[in-house]
Amino acid sequence: MSFESAMARLGGTSLSVSSVEACSIAKGETLADTIRVVSGYADAIVIRHPKEGAARLAAEFAHVPVINAGDGAGQHPSQTLLDLYTIRQSMDIDGIDVALVGDLRYGRTAHSLASALSLYGVRLHTVSPKGLDLPSSLVNDLTEKGMEIIEHDDLTDVIGQVDVLYVTRIQRERFPDSTSYYNVASSYRITPELLVGARRHLIVLHPLPRVDEIDPRVDASPHARYFEQSRNGIPVRMAMLLKVMQ
Amino acid sequence: MRSSPTPEDVAKEGLLISRIKNGTVIDHINGGEALNVMKILGITGSTTESLSIATNVPSRNMGKKDIVKLSNRELSKTEVDRIALISPKATINIVRNFKVCEKKGVEIPILIEGSVRCPNPGCISNTNEPIKSRFAVLPEGKGLRCLYCESVIKKDLTSHII
Ligand SMILES: [Zn+2]
Repeated sequence: MSFESAMARLGGTSLSVSSVEACSIAKGETLADTIRVVSGYADAIVIRHPKEGAARLAAEFAHVPVINAGDGAGQHPSQTLLDLYTIRQSMDIDGIDVALVGDLRYGRTAHSLASALSLYGVRLHTVSPKGLDLPSSLVNDLTEKGMEIIEHDDLTDVIGQVDVLYVTRIQRERFPDSTSYYNVASSYRITPELLVGARRHLIVLHPLPRVDEIDPRVDASPHARYFEQSRNGIPVRMAMLLKVMQ
Repeated sequence: MRSSPTPEDVAKEGLLISRIKNGTVIDHINGGEALNVMKILGITGSTTESLSIATNVPSRNMGKKDIVKLSNRELSKTEVDRIALISPKATINIVRNFKVCEKKGVEIPILIEGSVRCPNPGCISNTNEPIKSRFAVLPEGKGLRCLYCESVIKKDLTSHII
C-alpha cells in the first residue's frame, strides 16, 4: 500500500501481484519464475514474502531493481530507513542512546533497526518481557560489531538515560491468557507520568499500529513522533523508488 | 614427496593401515572426524573398493588425527572443499603405483555452494526454488552464514552437509 502511493506520487503506476500464494505458488510456479515474468512488466519490483531471503532470490532473477519490503521474520529495511530518517530529523544519530521496548524477539522492525544502529556507534538499551527479549544470535552479532547493549527490567530505569524510545507491539497471542497479557502490557505502557523523567529532547517512536503500548494522552506531548514517523513512510519510499530507478 | 613410509610412519600406522596401490590417502583429518569424511564422500553403505580408516592415531602436531585410505578413487574439488570445512589441516595424497605422486593441503573456500543445507526452515533456500544453497565462510572458524536468510551455522557443521 505505502509503496503504491509512493509510486503514484512520483507519477508512476503500480501493478500488484497481491497474493503470490494464490496466483502462482498454488499453481506450482516458483518465485524465480514469477519474478522473471514480472520483471518484464515493471521498472522495479517491491517484494514482501513469507520466506526469509526471498528478496535476495528475487534480485538474482529480476532484470529490474528489487526492493525488500519485508521477508518472513527477516529484515524490514524500508521501515528501518524511515525510522532512521525520523530520528535524524530530531538529532544526529551518531553515539546516541536508543531504547527498544516491547516484543523484541519476534519484532523484525526492532531487529532491522538494531542492526542499522550498530553502524552509528549507538548504545542500545532493551526493555522487554521475559521470553520476548532480543534473540541471542542477534545480540552476538551486534556485540561483535562493537555495539554496547544494556538490558533493563523496568522502563523507569531507562527513561532518563535515552534519546530515543522505540516502542513495539506486544502481541496478545504470545500469552496464554488475556490476564497475563494485560499484566505484562500495562507494565510496558508509555504514559505522560513516565515521560516526566525523560530527557527534554527524547523522542518516542512506534511502527504503528499501536494497541495499548502508548497512552493516547502521550499523543499531545512534544516527545511523540510516531505519527510523523508514519507520515515519513511515503517520502522515504518515494526516495527509495527514485534511487533504484535512476 | 616420498615414495615409501618412514620407520616412524610404520611404527605409527603400519600396523593399522596397509599401503594402497592406486587411490587417495586423506591424512591429518581432525581426530574423530573420519566417519564424517566418509559421509562427505558418499561412502555410507556397501562399497566394492578397498578402504581403510584409522581413527585417533597419535600425531605430533595434532594430538590425535584420523586417516582414510581409498583405493581407486581421486577426489573432486567439491569433495575436497567439504573436507576442508570439517578438517582444515587435512592433506590429500594421491597414490599411483604405491607412490605418493601428488600431495596437497586443503583450502577453506570463501563461498560454499550447494553443499550445506540452511538450518532455518523459513529460508527460501529450503524450498523448490531453482537455486543452490549459498554460504559465506566466516573468518576465524566462526562458522557459515547463509547468503539468503543470514542464519549462521556455528557448530556441528557435518550435520548440515548435504
Ligand atoms: Zn538460509
